[in-house]
Amino acid sequence: MAFDIVNGAAATPPRPQGDGRRPRHAVARHGGAVLRVAATLAFTLLGLLAVTFFIGRVVPIDPVLAAVGDRVNAATYERVRVELGLHLPLWEQFLRYIWAALQGEFGESVLTSNPVLDDIRRVFPATLELATVATVIGVVLGVPAGVIAATRRGTWIDHVIRVLGLAGYSVPVFWLGLMGLLVFYARLDWLPGPGRIDLFFEGMVEPVTGVILIDSALAGEWDVFRSAAGHLVLPASILGYFSLAYISRMTRSFMLEQLQQEYITTARIKGLSERAVVWRHALGNAWVPLVTVIALSYGTLLEGSVLTEIVFSWPGLGFYITNSLLNADMNAVLGGTIVVGAVFIGLNLMSDILYRLLDPRAR
Amino acid sequence: MTLTAPPTPTWRAWLLDDAPASPRQAWCGRMYRGWLHFRRNPLAVSGLAMALLLIVVAAVGPALAPHGPYEQTLDSRLLPPGSPGYLLGTDELGRDILSRVLYGARITLTIVVLVAIIVAPLGLLVGTVAGYAGGIVDTVLMRLTDIFLAFPRLILALALVAALGPGIENAVIAIAITSWPPYARIARAETLTIRRSDFIAAARLQGASPWRIVFGQVIPLCTSSVIVRVTLDMSGIILVAAGLGFLGLGAQPPSPEWGAMVSSGRKFLLDQWWVATVPGFAIFVVSLGFNLLGDGLRDVLDPRHGG
Repeated sequence: MAFDIVNGAAATPPRPQGDGRRPRHAVARHGGAVLRVAATLAFTLLGLLAVTFFIGRVVPIDPVLAAVGDRVNAATYERVRVELGLHLPLWEQFLRYIWAALQGEFGESVLTSNPVLDDIRRVFPATLELATVATVIGVVLGVPAGVIAATRRGTWIDHVIRVLGLAGYSVPVFWLGLMGLLVFYARLDWLPGPGRIDLFFEGMVEPVTGVILIDSALAGEWDVFRSAAGHLVLPASILGYFSLAYISRMTRSFMLEQLQQEYITTARIKGLSERAVVWRHALGNAWVPLVTVIALSYGTLLEGSVLTEIVFSWPGLGFYITNSLLNADMNAVLGGTIVVGAVFIGLNLMSDILYRLLDPRAR
Repeated sequence: MTLTAPPTPTWRAWLLDDAPASPRQAWCGRMYRGWLHFRRNPLAVSGLAMALLLIVVAAVGPALAPHGPYEQTLDSRLLPPGSPGYLLGTDELGRDILSRVLYGARITLTIVVLVAIIVAPLGLLVGTVAGYAGGIVDTVLMRLTDIFLAFPRLILALALVAALGPGIENAVIAIAITSWPPYARIARAETLTIRRSDFIAAARLQGASPWRIVFGQVIPLCTSSVIVRVTLDMSGIILVAAGLGFLGLGAQPPSPEWGAMVSSGRKFLLDQWWVATVPGFAIFVVSLGFNLLGDGLRDVLDPRHGG
């Protein structure tokens, strides 16, 4: 998984730009920041669309033949080519492509013959459910682990947490998932196997949000809820382990930075208990960059769940994209890529904005 | 004039000399001090050992392998580990898993090295040029970098491989396209800290062209951060490559690529666990090795991140 361990942009909380060289009026600075954020968003989305457009052009699949089959006469072929806009110059095709994408038009999936956007709406909640539970696991376990590692720096417990974290970066997620299934499902029989829910309960709850845990709780179907929760344990723990590895490492380094500050010495001299110094004062300040890290890791999990979804036959976005890919369903693949990319970019920006809001110095 | 023989200089004293007589001696001395520091970290040393193991196995593995990687013995399919002649068992076609894992080291090493030699120079060039030139060049290059950085890496690699067709070369291209931006960021940050230094000004006053300064003064100073990053990235590259192999988009069967081997072993997971477990464990060990090594190197080369 592409977690950014060292000083890549994803790992470093975004710094307020402008280097503080020119002191500007607060209002102007705020307006500038909003504009800059909007411009970045627009640029990045444009870049994303350019890349998917380019990929769509280099694919060795003729979109006309894909639409009409390969037994058409030349006249029909030409007509469909014009209908699809393929006779236009490239830049005009690209403009049309952007316009369609902005309206959520990603074409039809060859595999399911639904509009791609409908398919994505159907599968996205499953991915969201998985990534959210995994992030919760990562935060609940990762933040305390990082704090403990920072306060016991250099001791055996610090080393254990460090090695566990590095192992989390190093283990192939698809393999860990298979091993988890082997041990907890096949051998010990503690947990249910692949899938999102027992077949028996399939379709028993009307999808409202698409998140089974919420839907079944709303409907009061607690058997379904239990089944869904059971199926969620293993994939969410495995994804959560990755999140934990990343979050605990970043927490440790943020905490070390805070614990060296003078206000910590002041708090200690004031006679505060060590617990208050560490958990309230130091962690209180470490939360600011941590929030951005958590938002970024959430985005990475949304995309990183591809392999996990395959291993656990989890009917989410990653499963959908890969499945379409193996069936040469390019509309679905590119539509899925755009959606994941847009969510990812949105989370990146959100973390940037959160950082500005939370850190008074960046305001 | 009395002829007193100078004390025979040991290589250690030469290396640790406080007043090195030549740039070469200074460089060797710095490397040696770094090594002394590195050696004190047992985790980093074990990481180095694991990384070296990959290289050694890739080099001599075929000589060690008891069987050929494609050699099928249909009588001895799916034998468990420890069977006579098959230390780690056999797969569904009776191929020796140990031999296939040993051969697979070559594929993994090839992918990692190819990606590294594409990505590191590219990122270094983009970052140093952006940082040194500043102004509009900087803005344009960094915007481009940010766009690529904002992409989801695995999904983009998936889409690229879907477009280019599965295979190792295309997997390498896809991984390279998605992994250069952090290098550009690092190189730019390093360049910004040194571009106003006196020695850069001195070079400029002597009439050195900007390209000469970038190649002669800036890039050498950025190299150590980039090396650390490459080492830490190795594991990510290995994992993405294995993931593509697992999805059937990287190396194609019957090639003994580890990810593809896990994927084929998945069908027999419940009854013949070793088919998927062994190659996956190999991926884990190599990737952990590079992570431990990178972690240790960072402590040595980049004391700001110490700890």
